Amino acid sequence: MTTEGEEGLGTGPLNDGPAFPEMRDPGPIDPAAPLEPLPGHSSRGRLERILRAGEFAVTAELSPPDSADPVDVFDRAAIFDGWVDAINATDGSGANCHMSSVGVCALLTRVGYAPVMQISGRDRNRIAIQGDVLGASAMGVANILCLTGDGVQCGDHPEAKPVFDMDCMATLETIRTMRDESRFASGRKLDKAPDIFIGAAANPFAQPYDFRPLRLAKKIAAGAQFVQTQYCYDIPMLKAYMERVRDMGLHEKCFILIGVGPLASAKAARWIRSNVPGVHIPDSIVARLEGAAKQKEEGKRLCIDLIQEIREIEGVSGIHLMAYRQEESVAEIISESGVLRDRKPHSVNPVIPHYMQQRFRVPS
Amino acid sequence: MRAVRHWSVRNARGLMRLYDLFQGAIVAMEPVVRRIGYDRLEKPVAAVEHVIKGAMFDCQMCGQCALSSTGMSCPMNCPKNLRNGPCGGVRANGHCEVKPDMPCVWVQAWAGAQRMMSENILDVQLPVDNQLKGKSSWLRIIRQVKDGSLPRPASSARTAA
Amino acid sequence: MKTKGNLEAKLARGEFVITAETTPPDGADEQSVMDKVGCLKGLVDAVNVTDGAGARSHMSAFACAAIMAKNGIEPVLQFTVRDRNRLAIQGEFIGAPAMGIPNILCLHGDAITNGDQPDAKPVEDVDSKGLMSMARMLRDEGKLPSGREINPAPGLLIGAADTPRDPDANFKPTGLQGKIDAGADFFQTQFAYDIEVLKRYMAVLNDAGITEQAHFIVGVGPLISAKSARWMTENLFGVHVPDAVIARMEGAEDQKAEGRKICAELVEQFKEIKGISGAHLMAPRGEKAIAETLTEYKLRG
Repeated sequence: MTTEGEEGLGTGPLNDGPAFPEMRDPGPIDPAAPLEPLPGHSSRGRLERILRAGEFAVTAELSPPDSADPVDVFDRAAIFDGWVDAINATDGSGANCHMSSVGVCALLTRVGYAPVMQISGRDRNRIAIQGDVLGASAMGVANILCLTGDGVQCGDHPEAKPVFDMDCMATLETIRTMRDESRFASGRKLDKAPDIFIGAAANPFAQPYDFRPLRLAKKIAAGAQFVQTQYCYDIPMLKAYMERVRDMGLHEKCFILIGVGPLASAKAARWIRSNVPGVHIPDSIVARLEGAAKQKEEGKRLCIDLIQEIREIEGVSGIHLMAYRQEESVAEIISESGVLRDRKPHSVNPVIPHYMQQRFRVPS
Repeated sequence: MRAVRHWSVRNARGLMRLYDLFQGAIVAMEPVVRRIGYDRLEKPVAAVEHVIKGAMFDCQMCGQCALSSTGMSCPMNCPKNLRNGPCGGVRANGHCEVKPDMPCVWVQAWAGAQRMMSENILDVQLPVDNQLKGKSSWLRIIRQVKDGSLPRPASSARTAA
Repeated sequence: MKTKGNLEAKLARGEFVITAETTPPDGADEQSVMDKVGCLKGLVDAVNVTDGAGARSHMSAFACAAIMAKNGIEPVLQFTVRDRNRLAIQGEFIGAPAMGIPNILCLHGDAITNGDQPDAKPVEDVDSKGLMSMARMLRDEGKLPSGREINPAPGLLIGAADTPRDPDANFKPTGLQGKIDAGADFFQTQFAYDIEVLKRYMAVLNDAGITEQAHFIVGVGPLISAKSARWMTENLFGVHVPDAVIARMEGAEDQKAEGRKICAELVEQFKEIKGISGAHLMAPRGEKAIAETLTEYKLRG
């Protein structure tokens, strides 16, 4: 650790061990600095601004690398740079262990990306969740999405203990309490409340269908300001859901981003349908892929078509693109779909600080 | 046991009425309970409660019964302990993501709530107090009704619906 | 070397290290972390960040440690098994080095009923030894227990906690050996104010070959008053402040100054005891008192 000897301590460099270099931001303008506060906004992030300005928002999901190297995270985020308004960092999705969502988000904010941090109740109790909310906010995370989380049995640690201390509704309420009342759930005061734009997940395509809009209403009552949905492959079903949502006026209380993603092939679609509970893919979609000469291309085309239909549905505020293992096609899909019109989402043009590039190529 | 649990959901409305009567009756017993002492009653009442509610609802004795808000389908049987509605992983046949043989607790809860014609299901349930696990809900309700300290939901979607 | 951290390098060179401890602030503010712990910058080799101290919520230890690392203070990130299961904890193991956190300490954690949210669910999916072996597997084999590879693997220096005690004739340090076998590279101990007990304890560890396998960083701290010293003896597990020390505190005009002096003397004595690699300075909400002790007595690692 080299220290410049801060004023008042006057100690000078003490440790002459191997470099533990001071982390300093690369440019004169800190890319990690939050935006100026705006009236009527809960957070100081870009996603909330885009949505409140009435723009059609685009978010994408980053699947964390199986690596401890920050550069691998940045490589994956760079694919989305300039195409999306926020990047979701998953929290052990599929109950598989990856770099923590707090870790991924902290890396992303340091170079100026706008992450949506996902928190599931599966792996931590209320003490840890509240700590993570404060920590994430302190590191510049503006958006948090509260999820139930997949069951541990479907992941790579089926022997792990499922926690499920707070469900997503309780997590939403807790974060809102922390933000709006500046206190922990226990009542203990916070020195500084977290400025969080609070999100939730929704699945309009799972049973019990007629309860789903009510569940959304509950989440909104508990604090959700935006929702991102499960993959949508069934437009009529989405339209029926949105009609109920509009009848209840929910679209005016909450921004709704519809989940979409390209299917790699008819085979993949069939596999997902029978192995990923909660994802609903109608036969017509599978048939369309099957009939195509180039199924992967058709999968992209299908995704683009869906986006264009979704965009026209009243009450939809944006899309959430989950292109698992097809991240490289995200730019093309967004561009071809034309959802951004002339808008160019903020590009951070990431400059990866020198200290991060060299530090963690750990010799074996 | 599951068969009985399903029967309970199918007959949620009747059970709800019975439950209301029962609650009125036990609350009326408060002076007796107080004379004997809540602490002394805790163990025997919890044991009786476990047997009865265990048989009818597969009760897991969380100690803070929410049956009247969950269509008489015990939410603690959900592998994710969800107390506010189904997760996004419900299978197309209405079964549980985690236990594929089991019908989703919340698909049943919603069916039960519709039979009960109750809006309680729209209230946001507070997170479970893990200290109450294994304790009697009945005694707690008796005490809270008398004290006027029944916990109220912090939020609810009743107005939206 | 396992990490690029300074703590490991100094320990490997056989230099005496000094570590300290902080508890993350109760707010969502980066600056408040440095307001609290900045006074230790340059004075110590690493600072431990407690995880849900007292079974209460604070800013997450991970975030606090990442902020410290960004600002040039090397953290030792503490993990308890009380609040997270193995998925969450291993996720943080992988993320820690990326944030500049090279050192971890695996603990059990205070009982949930001691905190202000006794209604929370205690997780306790694995025990502290389980955590250490998972961390070691990740680091040395680049693998999760499921067999999935993590490449590159996170570089981590793995720590464990210990409580020095007066060893009787039958005492065998099997607990320590168990932690070493699970992966502990270093130990940080509970407060040790009784130097004679510590000497006897370390002699046993030296004889058993424990100190050759792991580094021992012994806990101590500036006492604030005779009253608090007595309280610590009566209430903190494994802590014994000898009567002579309490009497010295009682007789002092400025008890806080006396506490710093006693602490500094003990640290100097630690340096003379075979098998001790460093001192771990702890004082609840006492980062400033630790910094004062270190500057006043020119203690350095």
